[in-house]
Amino acid sequence: MRFYRALLRLYPAPFRVEYADEMMRVFEQRRRDAHGFTGVLGMWLALLADTIVSAAQTHWDISRQDVAYALRTLRRAPGFTVTVLLVAALGIGANTAAFSLTDHVLIRPLPFYQADRLVSVWQAHASGGYNEASPPNYRDWKASATSFDAFATYTKVSSNLVGQGEPERLEGVSATADLLPMLGVQPALGRTFTPEEDRDGAPGTVLLSYGLWQAAFGGDRAVLGRTVTLDDEPYTVIGVMPRDFAFPTRDVEFWRPMRFSNDFFDDRSNTYLYNVARLRRGASIEQARAELAVISQRLAHEYPKDRALTGAVVRHLRDDISERSRVLVLALTGAAACVLLIACLNLANLLLARALVRRKELALRTALGAGPERLVRLLVTESVLLAAGGGVLGVGLAVVALPLLTRLVPPFMPIALPTIDLRVLGVAALVTLLSALAFGVFPALRACRNVDAVSLHEGARAGASATRSRLRKVLVVAEVSASLVLLVASGLLLRALLRLQSRDPGFSPAQVLTLRTSLPFPRYDNVQDRARFYEHVLAQTRALPGVTKAAYISFLPMAFGGGIWQVAIPGRTHPDNERRSVSLRYTTPDFFATLGIPLRAGRDVSDADGADGPKVAVVSESFARRYWPGEEPIGKQFEVAFFLRTVVGIAGDVRVRGLERDSEPQVYVPHRQIPDRWMLFYAPKDLVVRSSGDPVALLPALRNIIHTADPQLPIADVRRLEDIVSAQTAPRRVQLTVIGTFATLAFLMAAIGIYGLLSFAVSHRAQEIGVRMALGATPGSIVGMVLRESFVLAAVGAVLGLGLSWAAGRSLQALLAGVAPTDAPTLASALAMAMLMTLLGSVVPAWRAAHVDPARVMRAD
Amino acid sequence: MNDDPQALLPLPPVTFHILVALADTDRHGYAIIQDIAARTDGALKIQAGTLYRSIQRMLEQGLLVEKRTRPQIGEDDQRRRYYRITPFGRAVAQAEARRLAQMVKLARACGFVPGKA
Repeated sequence: MRFYRALLRLYPAPFRVEYADEMMRVFEQRRRDAHGFTGVLGMWLALLADTIVSAAQTHWDISRQDVAYALRTLRRAPGFTVTVLLVAALGIGANTAAFSLTDHVLIRPLPFYQADRLVSVWQAHASGGYNEASPPNYRDWKASATSFDAFATYTKVSSNLVGQGEPERLEGVSATADLLPMLGVQPALGRTFTPEEDRDGAPGTVLLSYGLWQAAFGGDRAVLGRTVTLDDEPYTVIGVMPRDFAFPTRDVEFWRPMRFSNDFFDDRSNTYLYNVARLRRGASIEQARAELAVISQRLAHEYPKDRALTGAVVRHLRDDISERSRVLVLALTGAAACVLLIACLNLANLLLARALVRRKELALRTALGAGPERLVRLLVTESVLLAAGGGVLGVGLAVVALPLLTRLVPPFMPIALPTIDLRVLGVAALVTLLSALAFGVFPALRACRNVDAVSLHEGARAGASATRSRLRKVLVVAEVSASLVLLVASGLLLRALLRLQSRDPGFSPAQVLTLRTSLPFPRYDNVQDRARFYEHVLAQTRALPGVTKAAYISFLPMAFGGGIWQVAIPGRTHPDNERRSVSLRYTTPDFFATLGIPLRAGRDVSDADGADGPKVAVVSESFARRYWPGEEPIGKQFEVAFFLRTVVGIAGDVRVRGLERDSEPQVYVPHRQIPDRWMLFYAPKDLVVRSSGDPVALLPALRNIIHTADPQLPIADVRRLEDIVSAQTAPRRVQLTVIGTFATLAFLMAAIGIYGLLSFAVSHRAQEIGVRMALGATPGSIVGMVLRESFVLAAVGAVLGLGLSWAAGRSLQALLAGVAPTDAPTLASALAMAMLMTLLGSVVPAWRAAHVDPARVMRAD
Repeated sequence: MNDDPQALLPLPPVTFHILVALADTDRHGYAIIQDIAARTDGALKIQAGTLYRSIQRMLEQGLLVEKRTRPQIGEDDQRRRYYRITPFGRAVAQAEARRLAQMVKLARACGFVPGKA
């Protein structure tokens, strides 16, 4: 009996009030008629099923009525409805887009078999960091560690593909045979490597990416067994990987077996391997770390001269994403959440105001018999409807905004680009529902409290709304603080961007075209062959109309930061902690002139600096300062890359590692002084051409020249030097655009919030204002009164917001390039913006207050 | 309220049964349930929730009215609510019956129902 009464609570209140007693009576009779255990049980089961179904149906009946009613009322207030829909759409859209990015970059497991057990094993660095591992460490760790089911390694390679149309430069991976099985990936076509294929001397085999298969082979299934030529070596195609497979990065187009010959295992400082391992089932990453620590201690003992080179660092593969990317994605999520918060605050405020305006209507419904529960339900239905509309629009916005956001995905991640999928839609729906509750329920409860017959009389408005207007003020203060946080965050990012953009790269990038011709080996193993090629290309290029300078160099600054060597100065002992790294480049003459790098003293390298002549080098100013401070560096000697070299020239410093990082001092060596078959990695491959007009116009002629010099040579990476420099700050510009957009939205919404509050207050207090004016207040003093009110709110919000901004700025520090979170110009302009926003929101209400007609408002009552 | 009987067709089966149960006399909730069970030889036993939800809708649609007075003094519990079919309810029931008859005729014509065509 009691149980049934409790069950009846499932029905909506009005229905219960009306029919509960009747239903109880039916129930009593039913129970009297039921006989025997099965009879009673059957009755209960039927009853239970019916109650649940019919209760749901009754709720549905009411909701349908409410929805119809809400749609009618909303259609009657189109201004309000459109505002709410837009604000909700912005909040929900921002969060949907931000979530899809966060989800793909930070949350989702990598698309590999049991990806949570995949770890990367790096070689520890004396400085406390870590870097790629050396072959002997790979061999020893793999042989000794028992925490892993599999231990694979790979390195990145790039090769010239010849024989499929135009010669092409491809990014690829050279990996041990156990890598792909460890990732749990099957090829779309063919097979993966056998263990025999990664032995030294095995015939070459290669797996193609789906993209390369489509582009170069037209998706022909007969590609299996075909031989392709990579860097002049034959490789048999054994398979094609699936379309969505990417490892380790999205730009990889082929995988080939990694081979080690025995002499690879000599040098622990030769670090170029990326180790990936799968934790044994049941083994934790801590166990793996502890075990490797023991192993590296043993290795340090066995190889005392390498004792600083045996440490291992184990990380979840998922976590191999830079701190900056992580902070960026989190900042984006935070900014989106801020926008949603402001949107909800704003909507709560709007609905609160509307509920006050509708007091008469609500009171009328109460008088007609609707309980408070019924009214709350009606209002909540209305806000859920609004939120749902906003949600649909918001998802649309997210779809439009996503291409911009995908540019924030770190390019090195082996993941598909974010899309709006079911998971993201689910979150969007959840966000929608939560915001509906956040901005709808509270105003509904406030509005429906104390709704009674008194409210039917117009006059009873001023007193009751005092607490409500205090609440609305709190909402506005919160909006101002949240928008200030976003303003400060985007201000700081803008400052960081400007600071980086104003850094001098050390060369003048305008009107320089660059392209890469990677000479294949062993055909170009000898310096003479290479020199012939360079001379041919450079001579013809310089003869082109419009070309002022041209040169070849190992690697372009900013395009490649590696190529680091240790130097030694004869007659000096170098303590362990001394920094002796330099970035080494081999170059043809004229490189400095082509890039506009100033030659401070001495001379450029020359074609006369041959293999037989004295070994010479041009060094950067920072190099000279570091080793010979206060001395004349020209003529001094130092050792780098196996030879003692004499300084013949001093060049200006170049930001080799880009605008954001510090670079090593630079050493430039004439390319003819590379011994044959040595250091082929450093053989100049980047052509730089300075022109007097648009450098890109030279491209057809350049292609022609290179094709004549070597028809098999691919031309890759054709870029303006300017683009390389501006690519340095491109990710930041995207970040700034996104966060700045969010800040602008927040700014506008907060201004709307202030406007809404004040205009409501003004129309509410029209009578009071009228009385004041009748008593002699000037329009100026009325405007002052309104502005004072809004500026007090803005000031309170700004103080709170500054505190929060400081916290936000600190968590953004990884992105700030040294700009302090308390950067005064940023804080000052954000505050000025907050004041401007307040002013914008107050102008119209203040003007309206000043134009209140005392005679009219006082007559109205 | 809509006053075209056709607009409500086809009727949900429970609604039709309730109208039939009230055709000759006013009844309270439990009596309606019993009457329907009797007419269908016990095949259809409506539960309270379904019944009152239907009744609520039928009241709104104007098919029924609630009757506050008891049918006969002393015969039944005076607190009970009785329901009476309205003329509109009757019209709707008749329209529904005609619709059903038409359907049966169609079924017969193609041999779905044994008997005369």
